[in-house]
This record gives sequence, structure tokens and C-alpha cells, in this order.
Amino acid sequence: MSAPLLAVDRFSVAYGKVEAVRSVSLEVPAGSVVTVIGANGAGKTTLLNAMMGLLDQAGAISFEGHDLRGTRVEDRVAAGLVLVPERRELFGSLTVEDNLRLGSFRHRRHHQIGAELDKVYALFPRLRERHRQLAGTLSGGERQMLALGRALMSRPRLLMLDEPSLGLAPQIVRESFRIIADLHKSGVSILLIEQNARAALAIADHGYVMEHGEITLQGSAAELAQNPRVVESYLGLGSAR
Amino acid sequence: MIFWTLVVDGVVNGAIYALLAIGLVLVFVVTRVILLPQGVYMSFAALTLSQFQRGNVPGTAGLLLALGLAAFVIDLLRSRVTRAWLMRRVASDLALPAIMYALVTWLVPLRPNMAIQIVLTLALITPLGPYLYRLAFQPLEQASVLTLLIASVGVHIALTVLGLVFFGPEGFLANPLSSAHFEAAGIVISGQSAIMVAVSLVIMVLLWLLFDRTLIGKAMRAVAVNRVGARLVGIPISQAGEITFALASFIGAVSGVLIAPVSMVYYDTGFLIGLIGFVAAIIGGMGSYPLAVAGAIFVGLLQSFAAFWNSNYQQVVVFTTLIPILLLRSLRAPAVEEDE
Ligand SMILES: Nc1ncnc2c1ncn2[C@@H]1O[C@H](COP(=O)(O)OP(=O)(O)OP(=O)(O)O)[C@@H](O)[C@H]1O
Ligand SMILES: [Mg+2]
Repeated sequence: MSAPLLAVDRFSVAYGKVEAVRSVSLEVPAGSVVTVIGANGAGKTTLLNAMMGLLDQAGAISFEGHDLRGTRVEDRVAAGLVLVPERRELFGSLTVEDNLRLGSFRHRRHHQIGAELDKVYALFPRLRERHRQLAGTLSGGERQMLALGRALMSRPRLLMLDEPSLGLAPQIVRESFRIIADLHKSGVSILLIEQNARAALAIADHGYVMEHGEITLQGSAAELAQNPRVVESYLGLGSAR
Repeated sequence: MIFWTLVVDGVVNGAIYALLAIGLVLVFVVTRVILLPQGVYMSFAALTLSQFQRGNVPGTAGLLLALGLAAFVIDLLRSRVTRAWLMRRVASDLALPAIMYALVTWLVPLRPNMAIQIVLTLALITPLGPYLYRLAFQPLEQASVLTLLIASVGVHIALTVLGLVFFGPEGFLANPLSSAHFEAAGIVISGQSAIMVAVSLVIMVLLWLLFDRTLIGKAMRAVAVNRVGARLVGIPISQAGEITFALASFIGAVSGVLIAPVSMVYYDTGFLIGLIGFVAAIIGGMGSYPLAVAGAIFVGLLQSFAAFWNSNYQQVVVFTTLIPILLLRSLRAPAVEEDE
């Protein structure tokens, strides 16, 4: 494939003296879905937060060929790198619609924001019904929708999703994976973190396995899904399709 | 009749406290800084206006130059310098203070009219806020509330000392904004009082419009409720801080202009008045504007009745009455609602 959209090279992140991410190298080719799977505490969230610029990091990161080292979060958002964080980080005392509008903060001078808002509402009719409700009073599932909707309003070129199905009912999980697949078809590249490794590998082109802060395995999603180590640790025995 | 006169007095004072309280709440929720110098802006503005009226160039003009230069240098060492950055900062840190300084030294000896004096005062005091933010608080963006408070105390002391150097230990009284008087239901209300209440109301309405109706205002609220979320949608936190500090110093400057003609202002007057504003802000839990305003009006009324009863004990009565209220608040409500 052509030059990667996102390339991370020997990336390390530490909390004080503890290195949570150690020399991780990873690429997301344009137009692809890449997944990172790993046990609890492996460092996946840390990796994403650092790529977004929320945490200090060592190593190289480039997006569309531009060096992102030393840039601020807002510059990365403006470039099209958008994260739906694990904790969602919604604006609880603002309305659903204000949350969505703030998603387009970097593009506030453009005129199609109303149209984009309509697109998000079409995707999540529930949010339209509740557009004047305060985000802090939404149900868990509705918050996930709002977090994803807000990220879409930022016009991502690479959407990074940290466990988008966390705490959702199975039917909604299927729904959210369908939405992710649709987004991908519409040209957004995706970096996905999921506890549900089976679903993640089914939708991804490429996968990385992370253990104790390091990448220990990588390959096409199909290969990984067959790999005995992956099957044993992340897909569970006896749950082959 | 006395009763209603005292009520009017209380409301007028309360309006000033309300402005200060709003400034404090605003700065606290967006940047987590407890801005002790909020009252200093008020003293500085009142004294600057008085100096203008005496045909003197106040020390605050030089202060603006110095702080602008300092903010520029600090940022130069700290930021990635791009052309756009340089253009913006040269304009905001070097050109603006220089123009203001030139304007003041040229205009003031010519004894311009009151409106021009007021505009100059506001234009001189307002930029102090963002400069101070960049010098003292932005470098501590990730620090705890306590660290920020310590920085705030430092800034407050430095400014108070400068105030003494600039204006000396004497107090000053400015000319009234209006010499009109009118009577409503038997109570005489001065034009000055009416202006004080009206201007405070206008500022509150404008702030409400800003925070409720504009995306920039909502972005500032977003920073207040969830900083990580705000950063993730690309809101520049430090710019939000600068805007907030500018709003606060503007509000402080306005309150200084309003109070200058009615009360003798000394270099340190702002501290006591700021403290009362702070108490009002705490009555509102440091997070609610309407409660802070209500608290401010309440303190204003309390003070005006206490002064009538025994003016020597005015402050004592005010602060002792407030202790149980503050205790109750601290038991009942957490200081700020944290998101999640
Ligand atoms: N703020 C922090 N300070 C110190 N240690 C942290 C901090 N955040 C995370 N850690 C530690 O870093 C390691 C990696 O955490 P991280 O959240 O990145 O894991 P994860 O792979 O996302 O796990 P999960 O699947 O449970 O979400 C963990 O051991 C965690 O305890
Ligand atoms: Mg995680």
C-alpha cells in the first residue's frame, strides 16, 4: 500500500518512572481499519492518548507525512486525527446538541455544520430526540453515541476508537460495528481498540497484539484470527465459529 | 423610608460585589485559579481614572508596557515561533501597549472628556489580565488548585506593592459619572447609583449571551466542565484561559470605574472589596453565577444595614454573619462539580 496515513515509530510513554508503552511501532495505511488488541493494562489506552498528544511521549509520529512531534492536541485534531476516548469525556452540563457543535469547533467558520449535524442525527436518531437534554443525564449507550457523534463532527481522517462497545447491549454493539464499517466505507480510516477481539479482527484489515506495553505480534487480521496464541489468549478456546 | 434607602444602597454595593464575584467564578471554573488580584484590577482602574482626571499619566501605562514585553519574551522562549505567531504576538504584546502608552501620554495632558478617560482606563487595565495569565498561570496549567492559589497570592502581593509605588498611600475620589438625581416613591436615587446598577446588569446580560448563545462561550464552558474533552475537540485551553482573564480584568476595570466616584479608593482598597466578592462567589459554590450574584446582593444589603446600625462594626458584622453560611456551604456542596 502507499505511504501510511499514520506512522508511529519507537514510541514510548511513561507515567513517572513506569513505562506503560515501550518502543511501539505501528502504521495505519490510508483507507484501512487497524486494530490493537491486548489484555487489560497492556497500554492500549495510553498509546492512543499519547498519539493524540494528551501525554508526553518519546519517539516519532507522523500523520500524512507531517511530523507531529511537539504539536499540541488542537493541531492534531485540526489535521484530522480524532479520538473517542475510553472515558468519553463529554461535556456533562451542556446539551447534546452543544456537545455535537463543539465537536466541529475547529471548523466553526464553515457553513455546512448544520448539514453535518443532520448527518449525525440521521446516524443516531436517539440523539436528535434528546438534543436539548444535558449530556450528563444520558444513558450509558446514549453517551457512547454522543461521543462517536461528537468525534464525527470533528471531520476525522483517522478515527481512533477506544473500546467503542464498552458497556453496550449486544444488539447495540452490532449496531456500532455496522456504523464503524459504514464510516470506513465513506473513506475514514480507523484505529480500533476492542475487548471484543473477535469482532475487531472481523472488521479490521490489520491487527497488532500488545502485551505489557509492547507489540508482540502483528499481521493481517485474518492471519491473527488463526494464530494459536491469539486464539488462546484473546478469542477464547472452543469459541471458534 | 430609611429602610428603602438602605435597600437601595445595599443593592448598589451588591451590584459591584456581583461583578467581582462573577469575574472570580468565571476565572475559577475555566482555569481553576482563585484570582485574588481581581480586586486589584478594580483599584488600578479607579486610581488610573482619578489620575487621568488630574492630568497625570498613571504608572499603569508603564506597567502595561513592561508586562507586554515580559509576556512576549516568555512566550518566545516557550513556543514554536511561526510567522503567524510572531505577527499576532508582536501586535498584542508590543504594539498594543506601545500605542496605549503613546495615546495616554498624548491625550491625558489635554484633559479629554469623561468618556475618553473611561475608555482609556478600560483599555489600559483589561490587557493586564491576559498578560498576567501568560506570565504566572499558563506555565502552571497542569498544576493543582493549591499551587495556582499560591501563584495567585504572589501576583496579588506584587501588584499591591506596585499599586503603592504608582499611586502612593493617599486615596482618590473621581468625578461622578452623572450628577443627576431623581426621586422614585419618595427615595432619592442618584444618577451615579442608577448607572452602577444598570452597567452591572448590562455586563451580566452580555456574559449570559456570550456563554449561552455563542460557540466561543460554549467552548469556554466546555473547558470548565471537562478539560480533556475540550482538548480532544481541539479547543485551545490556553487561549480559553487568556480570554477568561481578559474578561475578568475587563469586569474588574468596569467595577473600578463605577466605584471611583463614590468611594475613596486607595491602592489596597480592592483587596477588601475583592474579598467580599470572593465570599459571594463561595456562597454560590464557586460554580454558579446566579447564586454568586444573589450572594453578592445579600452581602451588599447586610453591609448597608450593618453600617446604619453601627458603622464601626460594619465589616465585623458582615464577616461574622457569613461564617455560618460558608460553613453550611462547605458541608453541603463540593466546591465544583467534576464531570464523571
Ligand atoms: N495516569 C496514570 N498513572 C499511572 N499509571 C497509569 C496511568 N494510567 C494508566 N496507568 C497504567 O498504565 C498501564 C496501561 O494502562 P492502559 O490504560 O493504557 O491500559 P489498557 O491497555 O487500555 O487497558 P484496558 O484494556 O483495561 O483499558 C496500566 O498498568 C495502568 O495501571
Ligand atoms: Mg484502555
